[in-house]
Amino acid sequence: MLSSILPGLSTLAKRGLAGWLIIIGAIFVAAIVVMTAISPWIVPYNPTEIPSSPKILAQPSTQHLFGTNDLGQDVFSRVLSGGGVMLQVSILSVIVCLAIGVPLGLFASYAGGATDRVVGLLMDSIYAFPGLVLAIAIAAMLGRGVVNMALSIAVVYIPSYFRVIRSQVLSIKEMSYIEAANAVGAKNRTILTRYILPNIVPSIVVVATVNFADAILTAAGLTFIGLGVPVTIPDWGQDLTNGQRLLTSGAWWVITFPGIMIILLALGFTLMGEGLSETLNPRLEQ
Amino acid sequence: MILILLTMVFLLIRVLPGDPVLLHLEKHATPAAVAQMRHQLGLDKPLWAQYFDYLFGLFRGDLGKSMQDYSSVGQQIFSAFPATLELAMFSMVIAAALGIVIGVQASKAYNKPQDHVIRIFGIVTYAIPVFFLGMILQLTLGLGLHWFPVGQRFNPMVQAPLGLNVGSFHFSTGLYTVDSLLEGNIFKFIESLRYLFLPSLTLGLVLSGVFVRLTRSNMLETLRLDFVTAARARGLGENKVTYSYALRNAFLPVLTMVGLQFAALLGGAVLTETTFSWPGLGTYIVDRINFRDYTAIQGAVIVFGIFVSIVSLAVDLLYAYLDPRIRL
Repeated sequence: MLSSILPGLSTLAKRGLAGWLIIIGAIFVAAIVVMTAISPWIVPYNPTEIPSSPKILAQPSTQHLFGTNDLGQDVFSRVLSGGGVMLQVSILSVIVCLAIGVPLGLFASYAGGATDRVVGLLMDSIYAFPGLVLAIAIAAMLGRGVVNMALSIAVVYIPSYFRVIRSQVLSIKEMSYIEAANAVGAKNRTILTRYILPNIVPSIVVVATVNFADAILTAAGLTFIGLGVPVTIPDWGQDLTNGQRLLTSGAWWVITFPGIMIILLALGFTLMGEGLSETLNPRLEQ
Repeated sequence: MILILLTMVFLLIRVLPGDPVLLHLEKHATPAAVAQMRHQLGLDKPLWAQYFDYLFGLFRGDLGKSMQDYSSVGQQIFSAFPATLELAMFSMVIAAALGIVIGVQASKAYNKPQDHVIRIFGIVTYAIPVFFLGMILQLTLGLGLHWFPVGQRFNPMVQAPLGLNVGSFHFSTGLYTVDSLLEGNIFKFIESLRYLFLPSLTLGLVLSGVFVRLTRSNMLETLRLDFVTAARARGLGENKVTYSYALRNAFLPVLTMVGLQFAALLGGAVLTETTFSWPGLGTYIVDRINFRDYTAIQGAVIVFGIFVSIVSLAVDLLYAYLDPRIRL
């Protein structure tokens, strides 16, 4: 498998800055996924257990690399294992967005007329709205938990998929090869899935990558205002929220490390998105 | 569009699994108490009647009663709104000013190290959670250096700015910076700016990346145009060419972005307000979530929506005014 990846990487690197952005972004993301996956075997301390003789708010030292939090838990261990929630929420929300946004965009814009207008208007109203505020309102109704967070994020980002797909379908629809397919009697479904969809996959990939970064930041935001996962689960967002109370005691290490992890994860996806959109739409960037 | 959104929020609160009254009172409520609360809030009427009640109420500025204490949601929102408005305006000014200055620098240093550093800055601001940046600023500029206060909107030891008082005539905007000037109190003005600075800087920094990127790419395009070369040929200084010739033309898309980014700004404002205990709409929503006060959440969400629509309308009008090619 490695032999098939490496030539791909070198082709990417030849594409210049855009290629490097994709590679660096992918490395960030992959490293965090691997770290989270193997964390149960590499954490020096139990991240969820409250120690019997806790060292509360200990400064970073050789014993506790990133110090300890207000319960005496090792911050390093919690950072290693705390990525799961963010990853789950972002993956799940992107899946929901893809499952709803892509077919909705395809059908509505291909059908045109009233369907397109009604769905378009609905999507535009969501799109124009402060996303986080809407996500907060939905999450407040649904309650806490990974699935509910993912759903409320998905509702906010479906319009981004819809808009990108719609604009592409509208221009592809007018091309002569679609007219030709119609003329030879291809079914609408065939035209949509075999003739149009493959052409818009690149744009969908770009939107999805950016969506990952947004989902992570939105998930962190929801957690911050108390709509995240229960405190017992190690989660960077939760640790950051918890750390705010400890700022006055000068415990910078409790927030800094989980915060940096969230940035790295979101940055990884942002870099990938940046590189991908530059590679796929070379006109957009200078 | 506001109507669609309003309808959606209305349905969202009522159709999603979980009856707001039951959720509010949690499990230990008696059926009688639940029925009584439903009646008091008008939630026992059929859905369409509730909807029209709500719409008509909205036209009168009535956003319903709070589930927590039956007080008027509209009034609570009205008193929290100026704080959010003030924060939003200052953050937008910081974001746009920073973005334009840095973006112009990047375009002048195109493809040099400075340009790359600025591009990385733009990407990083996009990936940083706004409340994390807020906490870092609190730690460094606030708690570390004691330059700025780290929370609240005004010094608790001093009376908040009153606005203009002439005899029995009273006028106040609720914006502390404006009110302190109206009161003629420079000390209060400086104090309100000090309290405003860290939250606005936090939110402004996070948003500035978008403006940097946009200014940079627009300036790169404009600097290549003939009229810029002509201006240079006439011997005008480089600063004059960049700022009063090229930037003027690159400015319009940036203005559009101000309108588009306003929604994102308000989302960020919710988190910034929570980080800095800034008593605006965002803090209001978060407080109400803890009380499970669904009528209040609904009201605040709708006010956010109306606010965004008004701003984007205003930006469109301003755009038409500034660009003579566009006529309404």
